[in-house]
Amino acid sequence: MQTKKLTFRNAWLPYLLLAPQVIITAIFFLWPAGQALYQSLLRQDAFGFNTTFVGLDNFTRLFQDDLYVNALQVTLIFSVGTTLLSMSVALLLAVLVNRMLRSRDTYTTFLVWPYAIAPAIAGILWWFIFNPSIGILPYFLEMLGISWNHRSNGNQAMLLVIIAAAWKQISYNFLFFLAGLQSIPHSLIEAAAIDGANKFKRFWTIVFPLLSPITFFLMVVNVVYAMFDTFGVIHATTEGGPAQATNILVYKVYRDGFVSMNLGSSAAQSVILMAIVVLLTVLQFKYIERRVNY
Amino acid sequence: MSSIRILNLSKVYDDSTHAVKQINLNIDDGEFIVLVGPSGCGKSTLLRMIAGLETISDGELYIGDRLVNNLEPAERDIAMVFQNYALYPHMTVYKNMAYGLKNRGFSASEIEERVQKTAKMLEIEQFLTRKPKALSGGQRQRVAMGRALVREPAAFLLDEPLSNLDAKLRVQMRVEIKQLQKRLKTTSLYVTHDQLEAMTLGDRLVVLNQGQVEQVGAPLEVYNRPETLFVAGFIGSPSMNLIDIDHLDKSINAHALSSLPKGTDILGIRPDCLSSSQPNEPSIQLECNMTLFEPSGAESHLYMSLKDQQQILIMRVESLKQEFSEPYFKVYAKIKDIHPFNKLSGKRTD
Amino acid sequence: MVDNDRWGNLLAHCILIVGVALVVFPIYIAVIASTHTGSTFLSGTLPLLPGKEAWTNYTTVIFEGRSRAGTPPIAQMLWNSFIMAMAITIGKLSISLLSAFAIVYFQFRFRLFFFWIIFLTLMLPVEVRIVPTFQVVADLGMLNSFAGLSIPLIASATATFLFRQFFMTIPEEMLEAARVDGAGPLKFFKDILLPLSITNIAALFVIMFIYGWNQYLWPLLITTDPSYYTIVMGIQRMATGGDSEPLWHLVMATVVVAALPPVLVILFMQRLFVKGLTETEK
Repeated sequence: MQTKKLTFRNAWLPYLLLAPQVIITAIFFLWPAGQALYQSLLRQDAFGFNTTFVGLDNFTRLFQDDLYVNALQVTLIFSVGTTLLSMSVALLLAVLVNRMLRSRDTYTTFLVWPYAIAPAIAGILWWFIFNPSIGILPYFLEMLGISWNHRSNGNQAMLLVIIAAAWKQISYNFLFFLAGLQSIPHSLIEAAAIDGANKFKRFWTIVFPLLSPITFFLMVVNVVYAMFDTFGVIHATTEGGPAQATNILVYKVYRDGFVSMNLGSSAAQSVILMAIVVLLTVLQFKYIERRVNY
Repeated sequence: MSSIRILNLSKVYDDSTHAVKQINLNIDDGEFIVLVGPSGCGKSTLLRMIAGLETISDGELYIGDRLVNNLEPAERDIAMVFQNYALYPHMTVYKNMAYGLKNRGFSASEIEERVQKTAKMLEIEQFLTRKPKALSGGQRQRVAMGRALVREPAAFLLDEPLSNLDAKLRVQMRVEIKQLQKRLKTTSLYVTHDQLEAMTLGDRLVVLNQGQVEQVGAPLEVYNRPETLFVAGFIGSPSMNLIDIDHLDKSINAHALSSLPKGTDILGIRPDCLSSSQPNEPSIQLECNMTLFEPSGAESHLYMSLKDQQQILIMRVESLKQEFSEPYFKVYAKIKDIHPFNKLSGKRTD
Repeated sequence: MVDNDRWGNLLAHCILIVGVALVVFPIYIAVIASTHTGSTFLSGTLPLLPGKEAWTNYTTVIFEGRSRAGTPPIAQMLWNSFIMAMAITIGKLSISLLSAFAIVYFQFRFRLFFFWIIFLTLMLPVEVRIVPTFQVVADLGMLNSFAGLSIPLIASATATFLFRQFFMTIPEEMLEAARVDGAGPLKFFKDILLPLSITNIAALFVIMFIYGWNQYLWPLLITTDPSYYTIVMGIQRMATGGDSEPLWHLVMATVVVAALPPVLVILFMQRLFVKGLTETEK
């Protein structure tokens, strides 16, 4: 990795400059991560008196545990659902806004601010809107003959958290898609128009392929978001219920560690989550490489 | 003000490229030296070593009587003008000029006095409160000069300072820099790849090629008597015709060729030393046909190829187009105008 | 260019307006709900037009709170959120600027090693190491303190990379000129680098402030003393805390107040926000 060609020569200053960042990283990131690794190999008895080394037993147990396998599935559905919903809505809006000249900024202003809403608050908002007794949407759904109750219906609860999580993320995806669309040279689209491609053809054969690096990048970012940043959505609304229907991995780690105090299992779950983040980060960097080559 | 002494100066980079090889040079107090050469010849590296922006791999560098090899740039009492000016974009012109003085602990009143004086000299007083972004290229160039002048250093180092200007402004600034240097008499080192700039500016030229000095001398000295093939080709525009002796008609030119020094196998002839009429003194004769006529106002250039050869020669002619009825015509060069070289050594043979 | 078909544009506007309406809808509902009395909700569905109780509701939540429903006055929580968000933002910006400066402008031993250490923080979000991090903070006696709320969150690979990237685009000659002008490392940092980075700092400020303000899991873990509650986690306690149906009109008033600061930051600094967002992720 590069520095400037000309650099300062100083024996201790660079270490001093790096110290705050490195110390905080070591104490609050590396040490706990190491602890998680270590604890994932141990098991405590019910009273916390005795700790024994159990090797990978915590991991094997996890994958034999129906609740954990369920959490994996729930996380998968939740992440894919949130990513697809948020990205498709954002792409549609970005493509339309990009057509506009005068009204572009106005629309953008209306579409960016949900980014500022905390996931927990987004959850509460939709929880309220879908509230079975006083919410406005169940009232309309009732007219369509659909009875809504996310407190007893697991699928409806899942739909609710997906909508809440996706809603907040629309702004982010929208801004990136819009930036991507604006970086496509106009001459390319004009050339396609001269070549006789109609609007839809132009979009699918020129615009969409050129957006693919951004789309890929956003997919990774959205999956990361759905897996890790949505703790608040779940915790403030369904709390994993009903009957484990929305118990995503991050929420389960928290519950098992803090509420059930099952440290070994929680640590093993942490380690698995770390592995997932590492994988996603590598994917994300693949994207950066690709863009550099492009 | 002081002299600069360069002893066996070398620069080897980490990847073991040898950018500057054992250069020796004595620069007198007040002299205006131009380092000239093609890109990658090491001229900028040499300048930056003198500035302290590149470490010195080997050799010694004296500014005045001080050995400065290991001194910080700020401690060497030099000022530098950068190719892209490197003005601090967030500071006004005044602050740009004052920054170096402030760091050296000058008092506010002295800074004020010096900045005003320099700004007046460069006619940039009205820009002092502006930021660089609000200035034109030429104005920025002046500010960059001002930032160097205001320090009143022992030496000025200028790294292609005019290359970002358009042609007209470049000529104008060239003249101004020359006059300024004459007036201030501050030792100056000026790097350029433009041989015209080099010829017009310097008291002495240092022609560099592949990290080595090819020739040092006053501009006309270098022009009139290039010591190496490289210098012969590099200095002068259009460049000198370098003709392989084997391409000449040996029978017609037998007498003329015998008068050349031993070992000569390349003849250097400047485009203005070729003529289409036979002179009354010993000369060589070349048979050519015309490939292109290039009029450019006061003078014109005639491109022609030697008979049965690929090589293109350039001749300087009067502005009017000369008509040649024959497919081939003869051009002549006086023996005394010929620069004889040896191909292998690359050196002059006389 | 070739797009001058009116119907297409009209259709586009229609879809956009529906889209914007859907995006705005939840907050609209929240605002409406916060202007009615609590009894309105008991009678069935929520009205779609504002009521008259806005003043009462907002003053109630901000200054009085409803301890019965587990709700302290939110003025305190707002203040806590503000302190936490500012501490995180300023902390992240400062240590990232310093580290990026070291990495770009110095040659030293273990430079790459340190770079990778910083890089690792990207891979370890707090959510995946909840329990052990909590233990560390507890062992250091930082529970229920602003230090505990902010310091563990201020390491930032993203900000460090952004500044590194920005520093790399600053022309080499800027440093050379400064060196010739007699500036040492700290002077160069203060006089040249910081002023040049000001737009980037401002853009990141927006992003980080929102990040800090919206922290949820972390304050939830390490605060047990209500005087350190932050607003975002506080709402959760109001909305799901009691056994009975929450007091929705007050919850929604709180939601509006809690969302307002970051939303205002985005709306007033939209340009910087967009720049900060799209450039951090490069």
